[in-house]
Amino acid sequence: MVDYLASLAVFAGLYALLGLGLNLVWGLGGMVNLGLAGFFAIGAYTSALAALHLHFPLVAAALSAMLLAAASGALLAVVTARLKGDYLAIVTLGFAEVIQLIASNEIWLTNGTDGLSAIPAPGRGALSPLGFDLASAGIVWVVAAAAAAALGRLSAAPYGRVLRAIREDEMVARVAGKNVLSFKISAFAASAAVMGLAGSLYATYDGYVAPDSFDVLVTLLVVLAVTAGGVGRMQGALLGGVLVVALSEGTRFLGGLLPGLSALQMASLRQGVIGLFLLLLLRLRPEGLLPERMRVHPLNDQGGKIR
Amino acid sequence: MIASFLQALVNGTLAGAVLALPALGFNTVYAVLRFPNFAIASLATIGAFAGWIANVLWGWPAPAALVVAFVIAGAAGAATDALALRPLRPRGAIMAAIGSVALDLLLQNAVRFGFGNDPRGYNLPVFRDWQVAGIAIGPQEVEDAGLALVAMVALFLLLRFTRIGKTMRAVADNAALAESKGIDPARVAWIANSVGFGLAGIGGMLVALDTSLDPLTGFRVLLSIFAAAVVGGLGSIPGAVAGAFVVGIGEEFSTLFLAPTYRTAIGFLAILVVLSFRPRGLFGERAY
Repeated sequence: MVDYLASLAVFAGLYALLGLGLNLVWGLGGMVNLGLAGFFAIGAYTSALAALHLHFPLVAAALSAMLLAAASGALLAVVTARLKGDYLAIVTLGFAEVIQLIASNEIWLTNGTDGLSAIPAPGRGALSPLGFDLASAGIVWVVAAAAAAALGRLSAAPYGRVLRAIREDEMVARVAGKNVLSFKISAFAASAAVMGLAGSLYATYDGYVAPDSFDVLVTLLVVLAVTAGGVGRMQGALLGGVLVVALSEGTRFLGGLLPGLSALQMASLRQGVIGLFLLLLLRLRPEGLLPERMRVHPLNDQGGKIR
Repeated sequence: MIASFLQALVNGTLAGAVLALPALGFNTVYAVLRFPNFAIASLATIGAFAGWIANVLWGWPAPAALVVAFVIAGAAGAATDALALRPLRPRGAIMAAIGSVALDLLLQNAVRFGFGNDPRGYNLPVFRDWQVAGIAIGPQEVEDAGLALVAMVALFLLLRFTRIGKTMRAVADNAALAESKGIDPARVAWIANSVGFGLAGIGGMLVALDTSLDPLTGFRVLLSIFAAAVVGGLGSIPGAVAGAFVVGIGEEFSTLFLAPTYRTAIGFLAILVVLSFRPRGLFGERAY
């Protein structure tokens, strides 16, 4: 039971970290990223390959994962930055598909659908399985908390203010003399780097990466985490990570309520419930449990509501 | 060499005609409602399954089954949009787009729940390929492309000559002005969704006839649909057709020098190239 909870804690921390990445670009910058599973995958594969073939230590592998994820994020942002958000939604969703396609087909590099296994992790041999899970949970949550603190600072800093200004009205930000394009690209790259870091931690913890771990379901779970926690609030993503794992594990118990379903029907019911839950959340509480606090100028105070 | 070149051109043209239908559906919905509705993947699948029920369980011929695919996918698309996505639209296109990904997951799993993952086949006579000057042409593919053309012509006639079509064009052109003239936006949304996802349903069945029918049939062509829509111009009706032929032929040519598994990645490459050099697509974003 304790090892089950410890491994859930690791996944909650990974979702929190992915949520922080999304919150930076979507919550602050108003740019959607529906391909975050792709950046997560790039991080996981880069880190795994660097550790397996180049014998990089964990920190170097994580840094290379962040770098490659950031570079691909910057590329997508450059292509779509001047266009409406719709294009970014389409391009990022397509990007994740292509990454999954490459991971499944470049067998010489990724071992195809069989995936990469025996990815080394410091301490896996020295610690008991439970000890390794607990240590991993500790590391993942320290990283997530540090990222939340850093991004919280960034969001309060002038950089975050400019991003929010771009989100609310790009023209106003431009008139104020801000280089909107470079802000958008750097925010997108930074958020992709956070997602790449999450991928690196995932690959190291799990010891195994395969293409089907990076489907659109991951993206939706992270969108769900951010929406549940509160779009624009960094602590919200931490809460959201825990909620998402609780929800997706909680759906396992649907089986007890509905006997007589096949395993496949059960799996599709669980995924369907997650889709339904996100739709209901977007409809009923789109501001999340921890809504973004906006400072409103006293002359422009309409009850402190954000639109 | 020239033969394989011509063969790719023929195959690509036939595939492009089929791809044009879901691409038209995507752009029709986008033109009126102004957000990319990603649920088109599972709605195409739903159309393919509805056609399968008509064809295999009821024994209807393919053209009649396509009508069933149109009706069921169109009704499902319009109903789910009104139920799930319309309340999200006031919060912006991105909210509606995210909601549509969640809706897609829900619908795809509803299909999986009911029908399972095993691929199914339609009940159709199998013909030997025609050989014309060394090029193999499948009669089934030609019939599919012909049926797709009929659906396209019907859409053009609808948009060009009927009152419903005029209303849809008016909303696509300027939604606020159309509303001030007494056009009910909810009603136009119903019509656009029914027509758009109905076409996607036909497209889904035609794709399934050519490949296989399972809960991911529509999802597998999603990237190609995006590519056709963006290459032609998001929300553009003639653009969707042109984009579909460009993407269909491009994917087919890519198999001459790339592993066939990468054919859908060509669509993504086309998106990046077009957005870099001609951001509004070949035909711009004007609907009609």
